[in-house]
Amino acid sequence: MTKKEKKRTRNIIISAVLTVIAVLLSRIENLHPAVSAAVYLLAYAASGLDVLLKAISGIRNGDVFDENFLMAVATLGAAALGDFREAVSVMLFYQIGELFQSLAVNRSRKNISSLMDIRPDTANLETEEGLVETDPEDVPAGSVIIVRPGEKIPIDGVVLEGSSELNTAALTGESRPRSVSEGDDVISGCINTEAVLRIKTTKEFSDSTVSRILELVENSSLKKARTEAFITRFARYYTPTVCIAALLLAVVPSLIFGSWKQWIHRALSFLVISCPCALLLSIPLAFFGAIGGASRSGILIKGGTDVESLADIGTVVMDKTGTLTNGTFSVSGVYPADGATEDKLIRCAAAAETYSTHPIARVLREYAIGMDLPSDIAEASETAGHGVKVRSSEGVILAGNGKLMNAEGIPYTPTDMSGTIVYVAADGRYLGFIRISDTLKASAAEAVRMLKTQGVKCVMLTGDSENSAAAVASELGISDHRSGLLPEDKVTHVETLITDAAGKSTVAFAGDGINDAPVLMRADVGIAMGALGSDAAIEAADVVLMDDDLTKIPKAMELSRRCMRIVRENIVFALATKAVCMILGAFGAAGMWSAIFADVGVMVLSVLNSTRLLRKTE
Amino acid sequence: MKKRFNIEVDCAACAAKVERAICEIPGIKSASVSFVTQKLSLEADESAFPAILDECLKAGRKVEPGFEIEF
Repeated sequence: MTKKEKKRTRNIIISAVLTVIAVLLSRIENLHPAVSAAVYLLAYAASGLDVLLKAISGIRNGDVFDENFLMAVATLGAAALGDFREAVSVMLFYQIGELFQSLAVNRSRKNISSLMDIRPDTANLETEEGLVETDPEDVPAGSVIIVRPGEKIPIDGVVLEGSSELNTAALTGESRPRSVSEGDDVISGCINTEAVLRIKTTKEFSDSTVSRILELVENSSLKKARTEAFITRFARYYTPTVCIAALLLAVVPSLIFGSWKQWIHRALSFLVISCPCALLLSIPLAFFGAIGGASRSGILIKGGTDVESLADIGTVVMDKTGTLTNGTFSVSGVYPADGATEDKLIRCAAAAETYSTHPIARVLREYAIGMDLPSDIAEASETAGHGVKVRSSEGVILAGNGKLMNAEGIPYTPTDMSGTIVYVAADGRYLGFIRISDTLKASAAEAVRMLKTQGVKCVMLTGDSENSAAAVASELGISDHRSGLLPEDKVTHVETLITDAAGKSTVAFAGDGINDAPVLMRADVGIAMGALGSDAAIEAADVVLMDDDLTKIPKAMELSRRCMRIVRENIVFALATKAVCMILGAFGAAGMWSAIFADVGVMVLSVLNSTRLLRKTE
Repeated sequence: MKKRFNIEVDCAACAAKVERAICEIPGIKSASVSFVTQKLSLEADESAFPAILDECLKAGRKVEPGFEIEF
């Protein structure tokens, strides 16, 4: 409990005890009523003094109609009508409600922070006097720290000594461990599971991944959702409106039917019901819950507005290389010609590339590891844009594109497959070709399928050639793709899609965040993939996926839609309850007591409803 | 530039009131107050910050006596 909460609790207890005494005193027959009235007054002062003071300062500031004013008028009115007990009890329950609100919010704030249980407590700093347990904030960049198994890496750095497995689940939601050894970069927040690591820090704590993530999540509630802004504005008109309605309720029927006291009393209950706090509280709490829940799955959402945009996504635009594909090349097919064997084709190709530094050469060499390559390789020559030529025990081997085959007069069968095609010939005979292409990410097909099931249009944009773009698109089932685009073309294309959506749905762009900053910024929702450790991507994007699992995009959308549903439920529920109580109050069926219970009850339920979002989404 | 501060504010409606009051202070480009996380974000010129923070505290206290800023 905070100091304020303690003070409030104390006042509530004092006031409650005084109220009980006053009730008992009022039952003593021969006692002058002024005695119990005086105790009631003390009880009222204990619980209601700060409400009265706030109401007065509100009036002085020209900001008359707030909940303090409502409560002050309602309770003072009840007292003026002679019902001291009601006046004191309503104030007391109002204070209990406020206390509960404060406790509930602190509680959910703590829950969300503990979900993000990545903040390291200490760092084991290596000094001349040996290991010193230090506050991570006091460790300068370039220090050497020791992380034992079971401990969190406190600061971003690079491994000097040791190799181990890291658990990144708290950061990425991914349970598969990541192995690191000497020379690897490590990020703070991961848990070291296997062996001791000696790490040289490359950043200060405040710039480390952990601090940046925590800051992002904690500050997300400052980027307010449109719904929240709307409700705040709504409350500004709602409260005065209810006050006027209460005034009319007190005056008009009384003029017609008489019985002033009864109608004034009903009007006062009306005022109590109109308190807007539950409504104002439940909405930011729901957004915060959604953002906290998402961060547990390795999805960082920067603010309430982004949750709203995520919920409305109609089109997801994805970059190809590095987003849908791994951006690394590998052999995707070996096609021997008639009369040649696959084995010979691979062995000759790898032998031809022995001395080449071309990236394709490395892929081929790695593919042939463990095979018995032709020996006596000599006279290797490489022609840029054609390929390589070597002499070996298998005769002269040629490996390259169609131009090389033409130049050397080898009859071959051209293919129109996508990717990089390496034709191979040995001793004047054509052996076939090997296809090398970028590999699709394991999660890409599943993600596209999930998006389509959710009715989302998928578009792929790439700077790559039409040939390889079409191959990836058809393999993933993406019907719309554009190839050969420059970064600025991507921006134009996303803009067109945004115009087409005409504000009815939003357009998301998912990229690896390295070259895509302008598109990430332009899209309604910029999603940066695999951003663990990349500051630029975290800066430019609205949503940051800590690893490169594409299925987190549909998952984030689903969570956001759930959040919006809960927000709507809270709004409808709070307003409906208030409306029902107001009508009942106006007809005298609900008194001030039920009004204050309705107010606290609505708040409790909407807080509980919001915290549903913290449950982990699978 | 944008800076963030830990604050103390009592209820959701109070937070909205404080936010409105702070937004009206001259020199502040934008301000946001969150009840849920008890944070204030301010956008203003770097040089203006120390003076503006005092004003924020004053403006906030005026509409919400329990308002605090942790410097």
